[in-house]
Amino acid sequence: MRYTILIIIILLALPALAQQYSTRTGKISFFSETPVENIQAVSNQASAELDAGTGKFTIQMLVKSFRFKKKLMEEHFNENYMESDRYPKAVFDGQITDLSEVTLAKDGSYPVKAKGTLTMHGVSRDVIIPGKLIVADGNITATATFIAKPADYKIKVPSLVRKNIAEEISVTVNLILHEK
Amino acid sequence: MKNNDARVSHTITMQYTIKLLMLVSLLLPPAAYVSAQISDGGEDIAETLEAQRDYTTATFKTTRLINGHSIENTAAGVLDFKISHRFGRIDGGLQEWFGLDGATIRLGLDYGVTDWLTVGIGRSSFQKEYDGYLKAKILRQTDDNHMPLSLTYLGAMSVTSIPAPALPAGQEWHFSNRLFYVNQLLIARKFNQWLSVQLMPVHVHYNLVDTRAEPNDVLAMGIGGRVKISNRVTFNAEYYYQLPGNQLNGTVNSLSFGFDIETGGHVFQLHFTNSTGMTERTFVGQTIDQWNNGGMHFGFNISRVFTIVTPKEFR
Repeated sequence: MRYTILIIIILLALPALAQQYSTRTGKISFFSETPVENIQAVSNQASAELDAGTGKFTIQMLVKSFRFKKKLMEEHFNENYMESDRYPKAVFDGQITDLSEVTLAKDGSYPVKAKGTLTMHGVSRDVIIPGKLIVADGNITATATFIAKPADYKIKVPSLVRKNIAEEISVTVNLILHEK
Repeated sequence: MKNNDARVSHTITMQYTIKLLMLVSLLLPPAAYVSAQISDGGEDIAETLEAQRDYTTATFKTTRLINGHSIENTAAGVLDFKISHRFGRIDGGLQEWFGLDGATIRLGLDYGVTDWLTVGIGRSSFQKEYDGYLKAKILRQTDDNHMPLSLTYLGAMSVTSIPAPALPAGQEWHFSNRLFYVNQLLIARKFNQWLSVQLMPVHVHYNLVDTRAEPNDVLAMGIGGRVKISNRVTFNAEYYYQLPGNQLNGTVNSLSFGFDIETGGHVFQLHFTNSTGMTERTFVGQTIDQWNNGGMHFGFNISRVFTIVTPKEFR
């Protein structure tokens, strides 16, 4: 009988090892839409980690990894707006709050919320981002679309190009997390 | 699995298995702990990001410092249309509208074949000169200082198309008389956000010079740099020192100061210089006006870029 208890303890401990999901090729894109012009950028180099036991969730990326259609725009984005030399990273650090409703053993799509701190351009803000966790083939795909305002992160837009850059930028996250 | 255990738990094999499992269970907690540690600090993520931080970008705002090249290349698939003017002498006064009445002009197209190779062509009004160049990155400075410098080779050639001079009978005017060749190394370092410095040794070959005493090869050392005034404005300086004994008669060194001003899709370069030519053979080796007697000229370069090949992320 005490062996049985031991085995149960071991079985409980085992998933602790299999709870880390991560990626280094996460896709993050953003879209700024104005009547004058639409600006789109994409990075396929976001790193993310999800602890399926505790719900701890971290995304980190280098701002310089965003690619633009126009190279000059990419340079201006890094030099003038994000000041990527001074603030190289964009980071989300927080929790998936309703992970208990996600059955990792079962394929499916689960609406969740990520609550935490979003840091970019040296400014940290508390955010709650609604998204989805899609479980399939043992991988978890985390997706979300949310609005970020440049002004909230002290990203200055000069009056000359104010009509070209939206006040609300739509950010899309797509992370295919593999079990570690 | 637990059902199975209950059924066979008294067999010797199972006891052995259980002992093994107990042993494993001793190892488990530290393993789980280690993995939790990594995820807490996000350290392995940070390391991945460090590994991504590689080449230093935006050492200069555009591919020209003032008259000469900077180590910046035109990005792959991008066409850069350059319109450059150098006006007349400022001491021309009101009569010449301080030089603005007359200008030498160069129109050029630069194209980024790859991120390390740019090719360009241009046409200058001075002596109706056509020029072509290629510019290749050899070394690229990295953010972690593993490579402290950027090194670029520039090779250029140009040909004038003014009518041949009237020559005494029996003398022939060769096409090769019109040709010039340039070899240059650009060595640059972006020290920090606001300061970039560049050295540019250059060799210019003149197929034909005015007198027998003059050298066909002019050697010069260029030095220049930029100081960032704001995110969109830099102050630039550029000086080409001709090595003694290797210069054409009556020429002086080229000295220029200017500002790069960037607005959306354009970079405006406004400057003062004692050179009126915009090809290496003219400003390095054939500058004749002097700063100290009013021989300075206002000039500008305007760059407008067009994306020809869409980056693969957007196809």
